[in-house]
Amino acid sequence: MEKMVREGQDPTSPVIQLKGVNKWYGNFHVLRDINLDVMRGEKIVICGPSGSGKSTLIRCINALEEHQEGQIIVDGTELNRDLKNIEKVRREVGMVFQQFNLFPHLTVLENCTLAPIWVRKASKKDAEKVAMEYLERVRIPDQADKYPGQLSGGQQQRVAIARSLCMNPEIMLFDEPTSALDPEMIKEVLDVMIELANEGMTMICVTHEMGFAKTVADRMIFMDQGQVVEEATPEVFFNNPESERTKEFLGQILIH
Amino acid sequence: MEQKMIPAREPPVNSRGILGWARENLFASPSQSLVTLALLYGLYLFIPPFWQWAVMDASWTGSSRSDCTTEGACWAFVTARLDQFIYGFYPDSEIWRVNLFFAQLAVVLGWLMIPRIPGKKMALVIGLLVLPVTSWLILTGSLLGLPPVETHQWGGLMVTLVLALYGMLASLPVGVLLALGRRSSMPVVRTFCTAYIELWRGVPLITVLFMASVMLPLFVPEEIVFDKLVRAMIGIVMFQSAYMAEVVRGGLQAIPRGQVEACQSLGMGYWQSMLLVVLPQAIRLVIPGIVNTFIALFKDTSLVLVIGLFDLLSIVQAGLNDPQWLGSAVEGYLFAGFVFWLFCFGMSQYSQRLEKH
Repeated sequence: MEKMVREGQDPTSPVIQLKGVNKWYGNFHVLRDINLDVMRGEKIVICGPSGSGKSTLIRCINALEEHQEGQIIVDGTELNRDLKNIEKVRREVGMVFQQFNLFPHLTVLENCTLAPIWVRKASKKDAEKVAMEYLERVRIPDQADKYPGQLSGGQQQRVAIARSLCMNPEIMLFDEPTSALDPEMIKEVLDVMIELANEGMTMICVTHEMGFAKTVADRMIFMDQGQVVEEATPEVFFNNPESERTKEFLGQILIH
Repeated sequence: MEQKMIPAREPPVNSRGILGWARENLFASPSQSLVTLALLYGLYLFIPPFWQWAVMDASWTGSSRSDCTTEGACWAFVTARLDQFIYGFYPDSEIWRVNLFFAQLAVVLGWLMIPRIPGKKMALVIGLLVLPVTSWLILTGSLLGLPPVETHQWGGLMVTLVLALYGMLASLPVGVLLALGRRSSMPVVRTFCTAYIELWRGVPLITVLFMASVMLPLFVPEEIVFDKLVRAMIGIVMFQSAYMAEVVRGGLQAIPRGQVEACQSLGMGYWQSMLLVVLPQAIRLVIPGIVNTFIALFKDTSLVLVIGLFDLLSIVQAGLNDPQWLGSAVEGYLFAGFVFWLFCFGMSQYSQRLEKH
């Protein structure tokens, strides 16, 4: 694994900057004045009730959703209407989805090599070598020639993580990566994510796995109704949150 | 409570021979028995006499209707004119070129259809890109230094196959582009594609062919008016690609949004996502619809008879007017119908095999 902090980049400047970001779906104000700086190597966990805008927020960071006001700057590139910028950012930002979104007509290995070959113009041989390395890291090299439909949910999600990593991204976004999994498969995916965090990857995770959050998060963000309501270290967030809304939410998800 | 796990067992055997099958499926209830018997009786009424007429009492060779028996079918009409039905008015000395065209077609189709032969992708590339070019060069001849054969000398089965081949090869990609265009986020592209599809789908093919052969020369300067066959071909492609577009669009809509998002998040552009991820899945989903359109296209080529092109059906029809063969209409149409059916059934079988893979 190469070092996450690449040469020639200032490790003290934020790698993601959101300044006054606003977004509407029709008349519905889904993101309200979001300001967020993410440092290189930082792990951020975003939580909040459904419909609070947390998925929309991270989908704005790789321009799967368009923001209407404010600035989003990723690794020095501002996301605007310029498709060149958007594609540049997407090459550096990996994303893992709730529904895995693997390509069902391609084998696991082909899923992992498709983008490196066509986007990074890697040779098939090199791409396969890198893909096998990552498949080993997510502990499924033996499934390389199977199709996604032949794998369990947990295995599919690990393939999805490997597929993203094959593009050698600077930043990884996780959009509720364990929400569609059977309970006994959640751990195998979280273990891979924890490993990734320990290696210094910059990560933003939308998740309700509070155990995971306590283990890896440098910073917790709680969102409600499109705004950031609370932003704190895990210790403060779980033991001594400021806002009533956070307390209420934590009460609901932690008691059982 | 069971203490032990129940071991897995074989499922019960439920086949009990032909009689058991017949009792279960054909004579399970009195009303079902009645329907079965009625249908069997219907077949008994129809098949033996038809067999007697078409095979037993039939005459197979001869040079005019009077050589045939009166009880049976007069296939002599077909055998005597078979060359014309296949090659039209293609000069006798050049017929090897048509045979070469058929042979290429057979080789590529065999390559694609026989599972054991490797290199399907290669076969597809040859079939889609090389075959149309070489076929055209061989059949027209002039560019290869062969004696040129004008398309008005073409006829019969070869015209049917030429129209169908080029129609299919062109209408699928054009249809795919139109389908993508109709789902585009660019308003101009979307409006154009929607308008195109709705316009061509709303017009009968006969009208399109008439327009292509009668109207077009009125508006287009004489020097650039091209060949009648090519015009008919363009008309067919314009028309069928509109249908194809809607079939493909159905497939595109069945692909979850997440597939495109996954492509985007990996930095892939629009065309890469479409060509590598979305279309391969969408096309596979709509193979039945595509083949359905292909079969319709194949049969619709026979409509070119209204603009004076001699495809298989119209050349058979023309033969019926020969005084020597008066009264051979039934045999002629049966033959033409049988040939069309043979090709369409073949396509349908191939598509069923494709779907399974």
